[in-house]
This record gives sequence, C-alpha cells and structure tokens, in this order.
Amino acid sequence: MKNKKTLTTLALMLGVYALGHILILTGVINDYSFAVLATTGINIILATSLNLVTGFTGQFSLGHAGFMSIGAYVCAIITQRVEGTVGFVLGVLAGASAAALVGVLVGLPTLRLRGDYLAIATLGMAEIIRVLFLNMEITNGAAGLSFLPRFVDWNWLFLLTAGTLVLLSNFLHSSPGRACISVREDEIAAESMGINTTKYKVTAFSMGAFFAGVAGAMYASYFYFLKPDLFNFNKSIDILVIVVLGGMGSLSGSVIAAVLLQLISTWLSAFPELRMVIYSLMLVAIMLFRPQGLLGSTEVTELLSAKLPQLFGGKGGQKKEEGV
Amino acid sequence: MDVFLQQLVNGISLGSIYALVALGYTMVYGIIKLINFAHCDIYMIGAYIGYFCMTFLGLGFLPSLLVAMLGCMVLGVLIEKIAYKPLRNAARISLLITAIGMSLFLEYGTMFFVTAKLRTYPALEGLMAKSFTVGGVMITMQQVVIVLTTVVLMLGLQYIVKYTRAGKAMRAVSMDKDAAELMGIDVNNTISVTFAIGSALAGAAGVLVGVYYNTINPLMGAVPGLKAFVAAVFGGIGLIPGAMVGGYVIGIIEVLVMGAGYSTYRDAVVFAILILILILKPAGLLGKNVGEKV
Amino acid sequence: MSILTVKGLTKTFGGLTAVSGVNMTLEKGELVGLIGPNGAGKTTVFNLLTGVYEPTEGSVTLDRGKGPVTLSGKKPYHICAEGVARTFQNIRLFKNLTVLDNVRIAMHKNVKYGIAGGLFHLGSFAKEEQGLIDKAHQLLSMLGLDEKSGELAANLSYGEQRHLEIARALATDPVLLLLDEPAAGMNPAETAQLTSFISRIRKDFDLTILLIEHDMSLVMTICERIYVLDYGTVIAAGTPAEIKTNKRVVEAYLGEDMGNA
Repeated sequence: MKNKKTLTTLALMLGVYALGHILILTGVINDYSFAVLATTGINIILATSLNLVTGFTGQFSLGHAGFMSIGAYVCAIITQRVEGTVGFVLGVLAGASAAALVGVLVGLPTLRLRGDYLAIATLGMAEIIRVLFLNMEITNGAAGLSFLPRFVDWNWLFLLTAGTLVLLSNFLHSSPGRACISVREDEIAAESMGINTTKYKVTAFSMGAFFAGVAGAMYASYFYFLKPDLFNFNKSIDILVIVVLGGMGSLSGSVIAAVLLQLISTWLSAFPELRMVIYSLMLVAIMLFRPQGLLGSTEVTELLSAKLPQLFGGKGGQKKEEGV
Repeated sequence: MDVFLQQLVNGISLGSIYALVALGYTMVYGIIKLINFAHCDIYMIGAYIGYFCMTFLGLGFLPSLLVAMLGCMVLGVLIEKIAYKPLRNAARISLLITAIGMSLFLEYGTMFFVTAKLRTYPALEGLMAKSFTVGGVMITMQQVVIVLTTVVLMLGLQYIVKYTRAGKAMRAVSMDKDAAELMGIDVNNTISVTFAIGSALAGAAGVLVGVYYNTINPLMGAVPGLKAFVAAVFGGIGLIPGAMVGGYVIGIIEVLVMGAGYSTYRDAVVFAILILILILKPAGLLGKNVGEKV
Repeated sequence: MSILTVKGLTKTFGGLTAVSGVNMTLEKGELVGLIGPNGAGKTTVFNLLTGVYEPTEGSVTLDRGKGPVTLSGKKPYHICAEGVARTFQNIRLFKNLTVLDNVRIAMHKNVKYGIAGGLFHLGSFAKEEQGLIDKAHQLLSMLGLDEKSGELAANLSYGEQRHLEIARALATDPVLLLLDEPAAGMNPAETAQLTSFISRIRKDFDLTILLIEHDMSLVMTICERIYVLDYGTVIAAGTPAEIKTNKRVVEAYLGEDMGNA
C-alpha cells in the first residue's frame, strides 16, 4: 500500500520532468514561458515552506521574504566569486543555511510570542534585513547586484522544487512533523504530552527559512538581478496569499494556488494598472467566501482517495482560531 | 545643545503624526483584536482629500482638515461594514488577511485613479508660512499647527472615551464583547464608532503630513503606517495613552537617528526597537502581561 | 513507597495567592481524590505539578523507584518524560487531527529517529513508524476507541473525547496520571461507566492516579484517600468516610450540595 503510493508519486514526478523536457525541446515552452515556469517553481517552494511555519505549525510569519533575500544575496555573492556549477551548488547550500541560521537566531527569542505579536516581529525582522542589505557594500546597496551568472535550467528547477516538496512532505509525515502540527492544534496540551514546543517551533521556522533561502538562491541564479526592494513587505504578502488561497496546512493546496495565481498574474500583466487592484479584491473575496482556502487542510491525495465529498463539506479555516 | 533641541522639535512634530495614526491602530486592536493594515491607507486617502480640497476647491487648512476627517470617517466605517463585519466570528488570520487585502486595494485603487505620480501640497501663505526662533531653535508655524491640532484632537478623544456614552460603550466592548452585548450595548454600532473615530484621526494625520512634507503619493502610508503600529505596540496595544506616548517616542527616536547621520538605518532602528519591546515587554510600556488560562 | 511528594507548594499571581503551602503524598498504586469548592485552586495544583505554572515556593518530587527526581521548575515536557501525564478540565485535544494521530503525538518522546530521519525517511524510520501505529491501535482497542481511529477528534462525541484525552495521556507511558474533572458534563450512567473505566486502567497500566472531581459519587466510590482544598490550602485529608464527617469540609461546602456539587 505504502510502496504503491511512493511508486505513483515517483512516476508522476518523472512524468512531469519528462514532459517539461519535451515541451522545451519542441519549443512549446520558450524563454518567456520558461521565466513564468521558473517563477512558479520558486513560488511553490516559498509557499510550501511558509505553509510549514504558518499552516502546519501555526506560527504566523510575515517575514518570509527576508529569508528569501538572505538566500538570494548569499548565493549571488558566492556565484560571483566561485565559477561554474560548483559555485551554484555551494551558493544554494550556503544561502539556504545562512537563512536557516538567521531563522534560528530570530526564532529563539521571538517564537515565544503569540499570533499577531509574532507576525509583527517577523515583519520587523524582514524589514531590518532589507535595510541591512540596502546599506552593505558587498550587496551594492539600493542599486543591487546585476549580471549574475544564470544556472537555473529545467533540470535544476525541477530538482529543487520537487526535492523541497518531497522533503517537506516526508517531514510532515514523521513524528517531528506531527509534533509541529500539535503545536498548532494546542500548544499547552502538546507541551504536556511531552512535546518540546519551543524546539519544534524553532525547527519549523528555521526549516521554512532554509527552503525560502533555496528559493531566493534560485531567484538570484535565474533572474540575474537583485535589489533589496524585491524582498519587501509586499513580497512576504504575495507568499502568504498563495498559502492562504491554497489552504493553511495543505502542501498540495499551496502548489495548486501557486500555479493558479501565476496564471492569473500572467494574464493580468496585460493590465498592469489593474493587476494589484484585482489581486487585492480577490484576496478579500477569498476570505469572505472561502476562508479555509481551496483545499482547507486536506491534501489532494486524501481527496482523491474516496474523500471527494469532504471537498464540499467546508471544514478548516474557522476552526483554527487558536493557530493565530 | 541647540542641535539636539532642534531635533527634539522636529521629532515632536513627526511624533504627533505617528501618535494620531497609532491611535486608530490601537483603538481598533483594542476592540476587535485586528491589526487593521488598511488604516495606514486611510491616512493616505486623508492626505489626498486634503490635497484636492486645497488645490481644486481652494479651501483653507481648517476646512480641508475637517473634510478629510469626515471623508476618512465614512471610508473607515464602510471598510469595516463591507470587509470586516462578515468575518466577526471567523479565524483571526482570515480577518488579518482581509485587512491586508483592503490595504492593497486602497493603495492600488488610488494609484489607478490618481496615478502614481507625486502630488505637491500648495505652498502655505500668510501666517501658516511663518517661522520663528526661540533660543536658537527654529520652529515653523506648520510645526505649531501640527502639534496644536494633535493636542486638540487627543483632548477631544480623551473626552469622548472617558465621558460620553459611546466612549463608555467602547471601553466596555474592548474589555468583554459578549458581556457588553448582554448589558445591552450595541456592539456593532460601537465597533463602527471606533472605526469612525480612528479613521478621522488618521485623516487628520494625512492632511498634517501633507502640510508638513508637501509631497504625497498612493504608497505613502505603508512605511509610516508600520511605524505608527510600532508606536502603538511600544506604548501597549489597545491603550489610548500608550499610543500617544509611543507615537512621540518613535517620532523623536527616528529624528534623532537621522540627526546622528544614520538616516538610511532609521527604519531598521524603529523595527529593532519593536522587536526588543516585543521580547522584553510584549504588553508594551504601559501594558500588563496576561498569561493564557489553562 | 511515596511516588509523589509535594512540600509547601505555593503559587501567587501578582498579589493573589492561588495555592498556599500545600503538602501532599501519593503512595504507589493509590487512587487519590482532590476536591474542593469552585476556585479552591485544584486545577492550579495540577498546573503546578505538570509544569504549566512554575511554583512560587515549595517542591514537587517524583520517585518511581529509582530515587527521587525534582519536578518543580521543570518544563511540562520534561515532567511528562519523567512519567506524569494529565488530562484537561476543558478538553484540549488536537481537534483537527485523527484519533490515531492524537495518540501517536503523545508517543513522540519514545521515537528514536530525529529531524533528519523525518526528512529523509532513512534507517529505522519505517519500522519505528509501524511500531507507533501498532502500539496506538493496541492502546485504542484496549480503551474501545479503535473503530474511531480514523475520525477527527473534533467529530467524536463528548464522552468519547473525554476517553480520548485519557488514552492520549496513557500513550505517554505514565506512572502517575492526573485527571482533571473526568466526569464533568456526564450523566449518571456515563459516570458509572467512567468509574469502572478508571479502576480498570489503574490496574491494567499499573498507575497511581490523582483526580479532581466535583461528582462526589465518583470520588467516594473509587478514591482511597481524599485531599480537600479550600482557598488554596489543604483543609482536610483522609479516607472518604473521614472526609464525609469532617466539620471543616462540610463548612467549606456549605451552601453547595454535597450530593452533586
């Protein structure tokens, strides 16, 4: 049973991978559409990693873009100095690790805070990171870094995106992952049942930061241009919107929402003045009419395995009051 | 010393604006536990209303201020009725995201109608354009007007909250919504009043900032809004005197940091203070810590 | 042998003294009741014993036969690891998770693989996970909840939720179980069933139990000894028969109906 599921997942992933190659070879995916694809992949990583923190562990973070920027800058600075794929691999690892380290340092004191207070503290943290990058010499201040070497092709894009999904899914289906979820459900009960809640909050937070760092590194190595303003409060909100639209506590929801929003956003780019207006109205509309997001806290796989009625049952969302 | 005093005067002017905006954040948080992200954009709209009154209608400072306050009051109440009220019993994160959505809507909606370009407030004339020097410190008439307006509005607010029926209802609802309702207080009405007052104060702050800094744009609310929120948290969120104290402290600190030559770091300093306060005394300067009941 | 020794336990909140100088000992295998009028500080005692609150003064020591261990000042998860488990007066289940997950989470402290093992599913991962599932099912079938193992905790009936709270506490492998008003909100038939259930788990799991309860029929039936708390201090201790006739206890409860208060 379990093996069968693993095999299906593996086959699906290989299928997507092969399909990508075929579409690129046949020219269906051109440079422009590949840029859209790359953005989607990066957003999937950002959203699923934020979902780990906010949706699964219940720690409301408004500073995900800050961690992304650390990954981006560290990777960019390394690839500028170390040539070739070695530099890129090193850059991704160093960028992600630096983000995770900052995640631990920021998380330890601030994760004692609850709900709104944590949200504001993480927002402040991301702003501080941005101001630091604005003032540092090595990041070239407000002008930013440009002409960065490009490494992200379909192979890397697929490997890193799929890899993130597999690792996050693995983690959530393990005892430490369940410990994180129990923190969201009821922190005091979890602590009394033997869960070191601080440890798992910091774990989820720094793991989320790690993958945000990966996404940042990919961004730097695909769009070859960085400036601090790319990682402002609005970027953190963009990521949060994907998580909320897909459903807090649903990895597949985040993936679907990332794809969906990318399609909408690509379509809206024909009307740049109206893009943000429609985007913001959509956000309000989702909250008013389907606050639990597309999938609530269920996964697509669960829905497909004979739980279809639940899709229309309307659960989640309102129940998670204590998570925030 | 003179330099320091000069900075202090500038800091008090900036702090007045933060304090006015912070009051709205703190009142709304006190009553429905929502960080009203759209509040900073109401402040921006206030600045635009003031601009249109002065530029196209040729109104003076005071009428423009009143029109802006009135306009923002209506806008604040509308936002609450349309976007927040249906979510009264929903998860708090849904409410927060709605507020973020409303904020983006106001910013980019305004941008759509008036374009992103900077607008300049008309130059002040007569008495308003004057300035004078006291003991080596230059004080402009604008600064006097800003501080004076703020003090008058704050006194008015204190009066409303302490001595009127609506004010008492506000305090009751912020302590215990259900109990207040059982005592016959119209909770929905009280929440609307809170939004109305908070938004009017933000509208006033918008006009004052336009007068003080001259230029306005649709995204002008975002950063000052965050800082005003920091001010509210600093003083103890939900507490009206806290927002006033916090506004002035943050304003003065920011001006001092700029005066010391670190103006590019001023936002970082404000946020660092925020994080320190949250960690050391999360209930704020004037607040009491409350634990969760098990 | 005393398994739990509480000495001079005191807790103040600001100027308010919730619990003051409580002394208490529990012998191994005992079933002891903790009663008292509303607001007497019973739940606060539980919160102090389990580390939710830190005592202002006094000490709590646990001795499971391997020498005494100080519990006071430790974090709740440490105290849980030492073998003290509890339920909550106002049910605190992981509501959006399944019954099985509620129990599996409580078994977390015995899981050997760490975060890396969880990320990569390597080594003993599969074996350990299967072990957890088997153990959880075994526990749930002992408590008659196994058919519900796939249900969300929120969808259980009130009585089932109370049982699941106990199951979850047992999954932490405790020597001392603290039950906070297990019969609250139950009708007499359900209470009677719960009474025999508590006796049964005490035997099956070799437990020492301390329970807070307002239902006197339950307390008087199954408790071997009773501590009575009023205004944060112990005003009486003894067997049910002694407590029933104790003058101070009757006074403390005056105005409340001893039968079903």
